[in-house]
Amino acid sequence: MDLSPIWLTLKLAGITTALLLFIGVPFAWWLSRGTSFFKIIIEAIITMPLVLPPSVLGFYLLLAFSPQHGLGKWLHDSFDVQFVFSFQGLILASVIYSMPFMVGPVKSALQQLPAALSEASYTLGKTPWQTFKSVLLPNIKPSLLTAIVLTFAHTLGEFGVVLMIGGNIPGVTRVASIAVYDSVEKMDYAAANNYSLILFSITFVLVIAVFVFNRYRAKSPLG
Amino acid sequence: MISIAIEKKLKAYHGQQVLRIDKQFITGSITKIYGPSGSGKTTFLKLIAGLINPEKGTIIADGVTWFDTAAKVNLVTQKRNVGFVFQQYALFPNMTVRQHLEYATTDAQWIKRLLLLGKLETLQTHKPEYLSGGQQQRLAILRAMTTKPKLLLMDEPFSALDPKMKTELIAELKIILQELGTTTLIVSHNPYELDGWVDDEMVFE
Repeated sequence: MDLSPIWLTLKLAGITTALLLFIGVPFAWWLSRGTSFFKIIIEAIITMPLVLPPSVLGFYLLLAFSPQHGLGKWLHDSFDVQFVFSFQGLILASVIYSMPFMVGPVKSALQQLPAALSEASYTLGKTPWQTFKSVLLPNIKPSLLTAIVLTFAHTLGEFGVVLMIGGNIPGVTRVASIAVYDSVEKMDYAAANNYSLILFSITFVLVIAVFVFNRYRAKSPLG
Repeated sequence: MISIAIEKKLKAYHGQQVLRIDKQFITGSITKIYGPSGSGKTTFLKLIAGLINPEKGTIIADGVTWFDTAAKVNLVTQKRNVGFVFQQYALFPNMTVRQHLEYATTDAQWIKRLLLLGKLETLQTHKPEYLSGGQQQRLAILRAMTTKPKLLLMDEPFSALDPKMKTELIAELKIILQELGTTTLIVSHNPYELDGWVDDEMVFE
């Protein structure tokens, strides 16, 4: 059995989750502060992948980053970067596609913290960023962990968007979900079953781990 | 001297009302603020701290303009050097007693003195959820003192303390406030609380 689709999937999910931690968490913090119409529009845009067919998102990304014209051509000509049918294209698509899974829970958790926590920190001379790092973020750990696992697990399960922008290139863009589809197409049900079982097992263990962690934290005498 | 002349619209159960304050507080004085619930006492403290803004007016502390609508001045909370004791304490769940104090100061001697003041020296490693209501309230007071504030704003700061603890804490707190020259405003729902300890009173209707 060729395990490269599994490794590629894990690599993609790991990089996507790490990138979204750096991009999505500060972004969620920004969104949680204030309710301007501009922020509502931005939030609607990043929520779109939740309701949009993945193939639609993939199609637009394919158009946007095609090396034949527009942005894709400029990136290709200026920086020799190609997002279509490449691993970096999968990362870009995954970051966009999984963004709501990181931003949503973190933003919601930040909004549920009492405003007085930030206010108390400000009266102690701390900036909003220092307050975010030292007071807000440490107090939403369970939600942060949930967001990390959801993002990772969701990226493991991507199919439509990945197929549209990445295609099915072994070792480059052929992730596990596509390997399942490809195996079924070739009537190789044994291989499809192996890939499916591995994906199912990894995802199930991750979700169980989150439930156990959050339940332990709720009862932990260490606080 | 802290001079405050402000107006702020308040949302009340029976519609909107306007909070109008025109008051001076002598530097180093302790003022008790009392009045019924919903009369704007907490809002007043937050306005002074810069946590919310008045619609118009001025706040001038020891010659420094903190807020002036005409001159478009609005000093951020972080630069006003106010200590604030919140009614619901607003302690940080992720921090121990000691970490609460270390968050705002690195002065070990000062931290030691504050811990003695609040009688929390044996509970330094405890997080708020493992403290009693009175201990949490004392920690909220100590935290507000960490920056040696020039203005201390206290919202029902002694409500969870037993009479003995309250008397001892107030006596020791007063000494420290005098040393620092801190102007103090204390909100209380009880008009008879703190009698004999305060220099001035302010009544909200």
